[in-house]
Order: sequence, then C-alpha cells, then structure tokens
Amino acid sequence: MIDLQSVINILVQTSYAATPLLLAAVGEIIGERAGIVNIGLEGIMLVSGFASIVFAYMFQSPFIGLVAGVLMGGFIGLLHALITAYLKGDHVISGIGINLFASGFVPYGIEAVWGVRGYFTIPASLKVPRIPGTDLSPIFLVSLILAIGSYWILFKTPYGLILRACGEEPRAAESTGVKIELTQTLASTLTGLFTGLAGAFLAIDWLSSITKNLPAGRGFISLAIVNFANWNPILGIAGSYLFGFFWVLIGWLKLTPLKEVVPLPLMETIPYVATLAVTAGVIGRARPPRFAGRPYRRE
Amino acid sequence: MKASSILGGIDLSKLEDDVIEVVFAVLAGFTISGLLMATGGFDPIKAYVSLFKSAIGDLYGVSTTLSYATPLMLTGLAFAVSVRAGVFNIGAEGQVYMAALGAVIAASLTLPAGLYLIAEFFLGVSLAIMWSSLAGILKSQRGVNEVVSTIMLNWIGFWIVEYARTYVYFDPMEPQRTIKIPEQGRLPLLAPGTELYAGVIISLIITVAVYAVMWHTAIGYEIRATGLNPTAARYGGVKIKKSLLYSFIIAGSLAGLAGVMEVAGRPPHYAITTGLSNLVGLGFDGLAVSLIARNHPLAIIPAAIFVGALTAGSRGMQIESGVPLEMVKAVQGIIIIILAVPGLVRMLREWREKK
Repeated sequence: MIDLQSVINILVQTSYAATPLLLAAVGEIIGERAGIVNIGLEGIMLVSGFASIVFAYMFQSPFIGLVAGVLMGGFIGLLHALITAYLKGDHVISGIGINLFASGFVPYGIEAVWGVRGYFTIPASLKVPRIPGTDLSPIFLVSLILAIGSYWILFKTPYGLILRACGEEPRAAESTGVKIELTQTLASTLTGLFTGLAGAFLAIDWLSSITKNLPAGRGFISLAIVNFANWNPILGIAGSYLFGFFWVLIGWLKLTPLKEVVPLPLMETIPYVATLAVTAGVIGRARPPRFAGRPYRRE
Repeated sequence: MKASSILGGIDLSKLEDDVIEVVFAVLAGFTISGLLMATGGFDPIKAYVSLFKSAIGDLYGVSTTLSYATPLMLTGLAFAVSVRAGVFNIGAEGQVYMAALGAVIAASLTLPAGLYLIAEFFLGVSLAIMWSSLAGILKSQRGVNEVVSTIMLNWIGFWIVEYARTYVYFDPMEPQRTIKIPEQGRLPLLAPGTELYAGVIISLIITVAVYAVMWHTAIGYEIRATGLNPTAARYGGVKIKKSLLYSFIIAGSLAGLAGVMEVAGRPPHYAITTGLSNLVGLGFDGLAVSLIARNHPLAIIPAAIFVGALTAGSRGMQIESGVPLEMVKAVQGIIIIILAVPGLVRMLREWREKK
C-alpha cells in the first residue's frame, strides 16, 4: 500500500513540519537554561513571519525577508529580557502579553501594508530557494546545525556552563563574577532570534503566506518539546521530528480510506492529542532548570 | 513557575499604586497602538473616538459592552483563581467550547420545557469541569506543565466541538450552525432590541461569590496559601494536590458557566456558529481581564467592562476608521506586558528621586 515514493514524501514533509518546532524549541531551551521562560513563542513566530514577508515583498528578496524575521524575533526576545531579567517582571505574564499583542498587531499589519483582510500570499519567486537537486529547504539544515551547535555550546564549553549556572544557581554564579542579567538577556535574545527564524520559515518558505493563524499552536508545541527533551537540544531534534510527524500524518491519513471512518475534524486533533499523550508519558523524569521563570532578586 | 509577584491581597496602601499602574499601562497601551496606527496611515484619534462612541456613546453601546463583559467576568475569574493557586491554567478557551457543546446537547434532548435551562447548565458545566480537571490531573499526577496541557486541550476541544457542530448537532435548515437552544431554554433579555441578557446578573453574583469563597472560606485560604508558598502551605497542613485540583475545578466551572450562557443567552444565534466564531476568544480575553484586574475578583468587574468595551467598540472602529478590529488585542497585549513589571510606580518614584 505504501510505496517508496510516498515514504520519501512523508519524510520530506516531516522535515518541513519539524523545522519550525525545532528552531523554537532549541531557542527556548537556551533561554530556560539561563532561567528565562518565554511562553510568547507563538507570538514571536507570528510577528517575525509578518516582518519577513513584508521585507521579502518590499525588497523582492527572500534573503532580506529572512534577516528581517530573525531580527524581529531577536528584538522581542530582548524586550522580554528587559522586562524579566532587569525589571524582574513575571515571565509568564510577559509571554501572554507578547502573544496577545501579536494576535492583534499582525491582522492590523496585513491590512495596513497590503490593504487586504486577514490573508496575504507571496509569489514563488519570493520563497526561500530549495537546496539544489532536492525538495528540502536550506533552513532544515540550518535548524539541525543550530540544534547540534547549541548542544555543544551549552554542555561542552565554559560559555555554556556560565549560561546554565544562571538558570540553576544564579547566586553561586554571581559570586564567581558572572553577570546574571546580561547573560540572561543574551540567552533570551537568542530564543527570539531562533524563534524569529522559525516564523520566517513558516511565512516565506514553507507556507509562503501570512494569516493571523500562521503558527497554529506550534509555539506551544515547541514548549511541550522543551519539556519532552529534558532541556537538551539533541533530544529536541527527536521531539520535533516526532511531533512534526504527527502533523504530516493528518495530511496523509486524509488521503487514505480511513477518512471514511474518522471524520476530518477529529483527525485534526492528532498532533495535539499526541503532544499531550507523549508529554504525559515521559515527563516524570524531566526536570526544569531550578531558577527557570523565577526573577532573580538580590536580598 | 512562580506567580508570587502578582499575588498581593487587598492591601490598601498598595491599592493606590495598583490603580496608578493600571491606568498608566492602559494609557501606554493606547498611545503605543496609536503610534502604530499612525505609522500604518490610519488616524488614531478618529479610530479611538469611533471605538468609544460605539462602546459607551449611547444606551445600545453600553448594553453591548455589558453583554460582552458578561462571559469575560467568568473567564477572567477562572484565570484569577488559578493564578492565586500558583498555576497558569489558560484552558478557559477550550472549557468554554466544551460547555457550549454541553448546552447544545441538552437542547437536542426531548425534555419538559422547564428542565432545559437546568440541563444546559448541568451538562455544559460538567463537560467544562471535566476538561479542566484533565489538565489538573495531568499536572498533579504526571507533572505536565499546565500551560502546555491546557493549550493542547483548547485545540482538541475546538476540533471536537467543530466535529459535533458539522456532523452531529447541525441544524438541517441552516447547516453552518448547530440546532438552536429552544425558547424555553434561553436566558431572558434584559432590554429588548439589545444583546444584554440576564447572564450579566449571574456573572456579577458569581464574581462576588468567588471573592467570598477565596477570602472568607477555608478552601479559598488553602488555594491562596498553595499559590503564595507551597512549601509553607504543606507544613501548615494544606494538601497541595487537593487545593490545586480544586482550583482547576473552580476554574472549569466558571469557564463552563460562560460557555453555557453565551449560547443560551446571547441573541441572535442561540447556537454554535461556523468555526465556533461566537465562542472563539472568550477564554483568552479572560486572561487579559484577570491580569488587568491584578487577579483580584472584585477588580475583575471593571476590568471585564473595560475589555468588553474594547470588544464592543472594535467593530465600530473598523467600520468608521478602517482600523481592523483585532487592533484592540494589540492594545491589551501592550497593557499586559507593562503590567508584568512589578512595582512600576515605586520604580518610577525612585528613579525620579535619583534625578
């Protein structure tokens, strides 16, 4: 029933579905390892996706679009760090605010820039080109390199040790001369840059369009992957491909006779049910960095 | 995740600072959004004038504002109770969907006329409590982060209710929506020709009741103690898991009430519409309401009216000034980001003294 070609198709599609999840999850792992929790990933993806498509369209260049999306993400990550690291604000509330702002700003922006309601598509010429000779996106490779590189920096270099100390034992870290707030700001900005790339990937690579539902819950699934991966970027790859696969599965199941038995709306629940089931199954052994999400205060 | 920074009770010396902070955040939200509008080529003054004119400019506007505030008080309370217990249960959205489905299921039954309302509330609130407890059980038994689980449950709930709307409870006459709640099962309108239904009275009573439970009963005290300092609460004899689960059940029943009342009370649909369009956002707007109210039950009443006014006025703003109605969400987002910072007033005061 399943021939080689459809297996390859499913693998290629999974690489697309997994890439934004992986980017955002690795970004969030870096942030949380330094103690900064950002549940605004969904909003960052949305605003960055919007920025990337606006700039790609304005300069007729997907490359400039990518840069704009990444920088926009980094900017929001920086803002989140100012509120949480320096002003000691509540991490979750700032994240909720980011998501809410994005859900209002992007529909407004689509209207302001193109004068259309809710939906804008770019021509194929503005899409990020494929890796020559394949159907794969270069960002797919970039996401894997970033994940492996982040693992290496976090766990094999002194910089990683300093960063993790901020999330685990900030008081001890500070006594050895580490600048907690500065390190956290750097980490949070990286969260934003990575998630910004995820948003740009959605908008001007995979989906080549912008709607107010661009991330469709992917930011929150990335948060689940962070837990699943036990704050380890390498396990993040496994988690992202697992969850990405469930997404592809719906598309594939819709083409099989199963659609006569299981109604389409119920099939749509698959990635979310799977996320919940897998997280509930493995979470017992996962332990967050001790100071993740807790504003660091000197008494 | 710690929420201690926003867990102040009513402390009159702090109240003044709280009010100043909220007013400051609201003004900043409008100013920054206004700058964004101007950048996009819109006239922010015109937009805000039409926003407030349609929200509070006449009796019809006021009644629409209050009708939007009705469910938001409840979903706001749902979030506030959770935060007081130290959890970020953002599942009101999905619980509202499930409760609305429960009400429609009740409407599909053949019952004596007097029983419809009771059946709607019973089925709807039960489904919502079930949906909320699921997240509570996953948290207490399996350690699943409630932000993740409730968001997943929101999506799952959305698609289950969409399934029920299109495959099971669709109206053969108008298949884009479910069957209507029968007239005997509807909440009465308070003023004919408006959307203001009796639910607003229920919401107000429930809000005061939740305040009483949270501040004047043992269970409320235990929930708040759990949120303030779980370790101390445990030494003090509070059963942490139990009070967490209670917080999920209370939150679920509040969101459930909102969902049932929205379909049983708001004209003209009395049904669930395409893409759940008459329910989407009720839960998430509750987050904004609760955070603007600093998670205090009594402050939720004005906060819900404020967010209700933004929602009610957004359509008029879109028609008269061309600014998309979603822009009011950007305003709320900015307000919340600013309110995330603790002790803003104190900080500004110290900064001014330094200068």
